[in-house]
Amino acid sequence: MSALFITLFLPLFGSLLLLFFNRRNTELIEKTTLGISLLTFIASLFLFLSFDPANPGFQFLYEATWIESMDAGFRIGIDGMSLLLIMLTTFLTPIVILSSKNAITKSRKEFYVMILLLQFGMTGVFLSLDLFLFYIFWELILIPMYFIIGIWGGKNKIYAAIKFFIYTVVGSLLMLVALVWLGHYCGTELLHNQQGFTSNYLIIRDLAASIPLEYQKWMFLAFALSFCIKVPLFPFHTWLPDAHTEAPTPGSVILAGVLLKMGTYGLIRFNLELFPQASMEYASLISWLAVTGIIYGALVAMVQTDVKRLVAYSSVSHLGFVVLGIFSMTAEGIQGAIIQMVSHGLSTGMLFLCVGMIYERRHTRDIDQFGGLAKVMPLFTVFFGIAMLASVGLPGLNGFVGEFLTLLGAFNSPFLNSHAYTIVAATGVIFAAVYLLWMFQRVMFGANENPANHNLSDVTKRETWMLVPIVVFIVWIGIYPNTFLKVSENSTRALVNKLHVIKFGTPKFTLPVYKDDQLLQDDLIKPTEPIETVR
Amino acid sequence: MFSVEANFLDQLKDSIGLFLPETVLIATFLLSLILDLIFRKSRTLTGIVTAIGFVVAGICLIGQTGETAFIFSRMLVVDPFALFFKFVILLSGLIVVLMSFFSKELYETTEGVGEYFTLITGMTIGMFLLASASNLIMIYLAIETMSISSYILAGYTKEIRRASEASLKYVIFGAVSSGIMIYGMSILFGLTGTLNLFDINTFLLSNEVNMVPLMLSGLMILAGFAYKISAVPFHFWTPDVYEGAPVTISALLSVASKAAGFAVLIRFLKSAFIDPTLSSDVAWNTISSIDWQYIIAILAVVTMTVGNLVAVWQTNVKRLLAYSSIAHAGYLLMGVVVMNEIGIAAILLYFFAYMIMNLGAFYVVMLIANKTGSEELDDYQGLGHSAPVLGVCMTIFLISLTGLPPTFGFIGKLYIFSAVLDSGLIWLAVVGVLNSVVSLYYYAKVFRNMYFRGMDPPKEPMTFSYGSMILLFLLAIPTVLFGVYFTPILAWAKSSVEIFFG
Repeated sequence: MSALFITLFLPLFGSLLLLFFNRRNTELIEKTTLGISLLTFIASLFLFLSFDPANPGFQFLYEATWIESMDAGFRIGIDGMSLLLIMLTTFLTPIVILSSKNAITKSRKEFYVMILLLQFGMTGVFLSLDLFLFYIFWELILIPMYFIIGIWGGKNKIYAAIKFFIYTVVGSLLMLVALVWLGHYCGTELLHNQQGFTSNYLIIRDLAASIPLEYQKWMFLAFALSFCIKVPLFPFHTWLPDAHTEAPTPGSVILAGVLLKMGTYGLIRFNLELFPQASMEYASLISWLAVTGIIYGALVAMVQTDVKRLVAYSSVSHLGFVVLGIFSMTAEGIQGAIIQMVSHGLSTGMLFLCVGMIYERRHTRDIDQFGGLAKVMPLFTVFFGIAMLASVGLPGLNGFVGEFLTLLGAFNSPFLNSHAYTIVAATGVIFAAVYLLWMFQRVMFGANENPANHNLSDVTKRETWMLVPIVVFIVWIGIYPNTFLKVSENSTRALVNKLHVIKFGTPKFTLPVYKDDQLLQDDLIKPTEPIETVR
Repeated sequence: MFSVEANFLDQLKDSIGLFLPETVLIATFLLSLILDLIFRKSRTLTGIVTAIGFVVAGICLIGQTGETAFIFSRMLVVDPFALFFKFVILLSGLIVVLMSFFSKELYETTEGVGEYFTLITGMTIGMFLLASASNLIMIYLAIETMSISSYILAGYTKEIRRASEASLKYVIFGAVSSGIMIYGMSILFGLTGTLNLFDINTFLLSNEVNMVPLMLSGLMILAGFAYKISAVPFHFWTPDVYEGAPVTISALLSVASKAAGFAVLIRFLKSAFIDPTLSSDVAWNTISSIDWQYIIAILAVVTMTVGNLVAVWQTNVKRLLAYSSIAHAGYLLMGVVVMNEIGIAAILLYFFAYMIMNLGAFYVVMLIANKTGSEELDDYQGLGHSAPVLGVCMTIFLISLTGLPPTFGFIGKLYIFSAVLDSGLIWLAVVGVLNSVVSLYYYAKVFRNMYFRGMDPPKEPMTFSYGSMILLFLLAIPTVLFGVYFTPILAWAKSSVEIFFG
């Protein structure tokens, strides 16, 4: 309970605390920020350890009334998927803070304030169980990210920042309209409550299947637009290469590592859960867009001359797998999507860190400028190679698990009546190998001809400290993904059951039944002990 | 005969009792006039007297909480709805008076600021009367009282050419629109034989009237109000006047005079043209077959779209805020379109938010102009570094004006949108939302210049007096605070509209 609160509010507290520091004392500011992010990570570890993976529902529920007239409250809680994404956030933030030492040279204090605010917003998105609260966190992220790109970014930073801002706001404001409409409809038509409005996610989720399909479709589209822009799904991806390329290294890592996952998280949490019938209607459309994105992202990545842009386009391709997995609406697919979200956060985050490291040494990211770096930077080659292979999807590393499961899910899906999705998407794996290996070869191997590359230094101690933890998890997920898969397994199954009941009338899995702790009426925490277990 | 007279005297006595806030303002007006004559040298005395007068008037207003009465032979009405707008007007007047103490342009380009404060009081009296007017003649007189003061105020810095130009433009546009309005009023009087809004309503309910002149008179009167709230196509004066007038006066015009305009617009439509006997669910049960809802909806869409699209091209921050205020009139009109309890309550809530954030934005513009002497967008480059507090506060105000959480502006927009969605006008809400996206672009231009441009070489840090910073915080902190907790203001707004719908 309190662990959840600390995980959420410690970064906010940290960012406010930093305001009182003298801006010249960057050493102290950096250490404080790092300390706060590490404490947050420890708090989230407690969360992980005390989480009961057998419970398919939400845990650590807390509810406090906030705006009575809208039935909006401070309602938070996590299930397996949110737990994993929160862990990803708290894990990546200290690494990002470490990486900003060299990448950020001006206004350090403001930068750390922004990073911590960002962490507060991201954690908030993953744990809010109230539409209103969710929306506030969702929008809260925009402002720090806008400034991170705009102040500390590269040459075209202003263009990229504005583009990022406008794209995201278009989607999210339409989502706001849908959100208000949904709350209003559920409040007046289904719930008949006093306020004529509800923003309680758990109540709306239980009512959602009874919303007429015609309305579901419109709301599905409004929500999906917002999330697909964030993911980004082809053809809404054009803000991403600019934002990634112009953002400073820490910004790119956060953007690729966590921010994009907000979109895919939203697709599961809102689109699948709240509009199940509409999801079935639109599953093939979205899946085709995902498959197109996989191929398109890979093909465009192949011709990039800028390493960072290449990695950015590889994100478009990788996130396509996630979306395909989600809309296969099978347990394998969704589980694969969740693990792929985490994997992508780790491996692409690490790729961005590596690109940042060579950029700091050479101040260019042009592939032509490099060659033969393996000779001068052997240790770096190992790290970069691991990240690259993880991204390719080499068995034994994390990328493989997610991609395999999503493809399996899409193949077996009773909702996508074609194997074509899987077949086309699978070629994306091959393309990924082509563009990543080719890039790696051109940068790291061959003759070291450019004189500017002769005296590059290998990774420093600090950089090793940043990369080693990521490598540990890359290998861990690759070899024994069950540690993480089992966390979200039952909540995924509950979702798949719901979809199966609607489509076929019978649930697919049997799950332990917990005491109904969903409709909390007061601020007390109700017990989450199992009261009976089916079979 | 005698008894009628006694009755009249009783009524007068009651009326005067309920006229206390206005009386205080009139006393302030006279007192500041006289004091300015005696203490010609003092540069702040009239301002202080005005501020104290406003506070006293505010206390008298609090005393009127919950009163509902007609006063002065049904010329004016005292009700919670008028009270809310009077509070907004008074509070923004007070903030503007306080802002004026720090204004460099006022103190350096004019010989004396005594009359300036006196005229602000005069304008406030006009707006007070407008907020509670329930008679066509009273509406006209109140609009004129407020306008004449504001014409002079717009050109108060008479040494500056563009101020005189602004004032002249304002007078000409104002004269034309009030001419149109009073023509419309005379037609309405001819049709119904009465000037009282409630009697007009009763007459229209029980008698057949010719549709064409009724429609015409309604549109003409609306034109007069649309001019005050600067709705398209009666907005042309707005950018020029806001640019030319002192910043403080632009701020006052954009908030207080708009509030008064909205108060009278809502009261006029609701009291004269809407059938009060039907349930408030179908808010627009108009008594004639004219689709006023449709007319207002078109007005709202055009106003916000034109305001936002033209604002994108502005290079002067005051002009930019002028167009933004036009766009905000459009958002507020969306609430008028709904016209039920939720809609009007949303307008009141939004107005309160708009008052704080818009005054804040103008205040930052004023403080920057004090130091740099410029209101051009290009001269805002690098201000995020040289004046960090101002930069942060301006960002907060602009984000709030855009309507992004967690600010008060978001709450206002949220309630307006939910009122619109509640009444089933989804298309209108979508148009409003897309407009917000456009507005984000030009608001972001301001803080983009402040933070992303002109950082190297860093500019000299600017310093500001403590007093001016305290006032800034008094505006910036509520903008964020009310974005998270706004229940009391919402409750107040809701209770203020009950008189219409109870």
